Amino acid sequence: MTIKILGIETSCDETAAAIVTEDKQILSNIVFSQIETHQKYGGVVPEVAARAHLDKIDFVIDKALSEAGCKLSDVSAVAATCGPGLIGGVIVGAMAAKSIAAHQDIPFIAVNHLEGHALTPRLTHKCPFPYLLLLVSGGHTQLLIAKNVGDYELLGSTMDDAIGEAFDKTAKMLGLPYPGGPQVEKMAEHGDPKVYNLPRPLKGRAGCDFSFSGLKTAVRKYINADMSEQNKQDLCASFQHVVADVVKDRCLNAIDVLSEHHPAAKHFVVAGGVAANQKIRSTLQEISDRSKLVFVAPPVPLCTDNAAMIAWAGVEKYNGKKFDDLNFAPRPRWPLNEL
Amino acid sequence: MKKIALYEDCDEDGVMQVAKRFVGILSCGDVISLKGDLGAGKTFFAKALLKMLGYKGEVPSPTFPLVQVYEELTPPVWHFDLYRLKTEEEVYELGIEEAFLNAVSLIEWAEKASHVLPKDLLEINITFTDNDNTRHITLTGNEKWQTRLKSF
Repeated sequence: MTIKILGIETSCDETAAAIVTEDKQILSNIVFSQIETHQKYGGVVPEVAARAHLDKIDFVIDKALSEAGCKLSDVSAVAATCGPGLIGGVIVGAMAAKSIAAHQDIPFIAVNHLEGHALTPRLTHKCPFPYLLLLVSGGHTQLLIAKNVGDYELLGSTMDDAIGEAFDKTAKMLGLPYPGGPQVEKMAEHGDPKVYNLPRPLKGRAGCDFSFSGLKTAVRKYINADMSEQNKQDLCASFQHVVADVVKDRCLNAIDVLSEHHPAAKHFVVAGGVAANQKIRSTLQEISDRSKLVFVAPPVPLCTDNAAMIAWAGVEKYNGKKFDDLNFAPRPRWPLNEL
Repeated sequence: MKKIALYEDCDEDGVMQVAKRFVGILSCGDVISLKGDLGAGKTFFAKALLKMLGYKGEVPSPTFPLVQVYEELTPPVWHFDLYRLKTEEEVYELGIEEAFLNAVSLIEWAEKASHVLPKDLLEINITFTDNDNTRHITLTGNEKWQTRLKSF
């Protein structure tokens, strides 16, 4: 019988559950988005998140099973995000998974949320190790070489704000609704990226680290009460343009490292919520083409937080018989190079 | 609470010098509130302070995870960002009471949890100047803080 893994994800906004098979079939992928609840508050609220996860987790798991047309007894193992993330939410998902594993007497697999993102391209595409990975989300910005399941080499990360956070805070300063990333992107469509002169942090310097805090401060300087809609659109366009430019510069350095140390590597992968941004996607496509790498971007619903990626990471770990104890403690901080 | 010191027109190095004043005088239970608008440099100050206290690694923004814990330091430092909190009760979920007992707490947007804050906290206010590259830094606290910061 085909191996089926139940995946559970509760590390931030989304309560999500999914069933994925060893032959890459996503039988179900349920995301109970809490965005509506959060919009009222202008951000993700941790306890609301934890409570909401608790309210919805049973429903979401039931729905994942019924939509996949299977029963709990058809599941070979259960995988859950055990960090990094808002610890209250993570505990809800991890406990649900452990309970199911104990009751069904099947393996429990603790998945690092970032590894879930990192392995997604292997679910949606043919993407052999090693590959270069740009992980960009509200909480993370890093460049890694994925060498194997559980084996990642960190090339660089943000020294301050994550890219998604820079988008969110820019949106907040401009009075745009939450989540800010898509709002800034929408505004930028009608703006002129050359109007505002913004700094490009770390551009031209060696290494693969990022920095966005200075950019945030620079954006703030241009914001005032008399801004017209056009001014705001121009500022969003300028901001997004500069972010893409910095990402390009940092990724080119990473590609140099990749081609030097892993000349056989052929793929450049982007993952995480910010990968939904079309400007950043097209920039990455362009540098991949130029560097003769195959650019892989999973479909947008699999870039933002979801449980199919956790179930898939579960499949990959199941294949390597990498199971975890039921006393595995969720970790709020859990870097990918410390798996 | 009264004004202990005002440092005008601090550039990056000036901020480091202010942070340096805290070396050797912090102990478990100290609570420091970092105030300032978005982009004023609260996280920058926290980073400067952690560096001065001997932390060698990167100091990521705590906005997304809400708290970053630096247990490696003596005393340990918990770096909070309460920006995303909605109600005051939510702060307990972050373990802030444990931090108040067993660590030095550096808190951005502390006003979101004013009910849990101790009376003897030190307030560090960072404000913009006409120059983009400098900030004014004001320290406000009780006499104990004044003595500690002066004895340096």
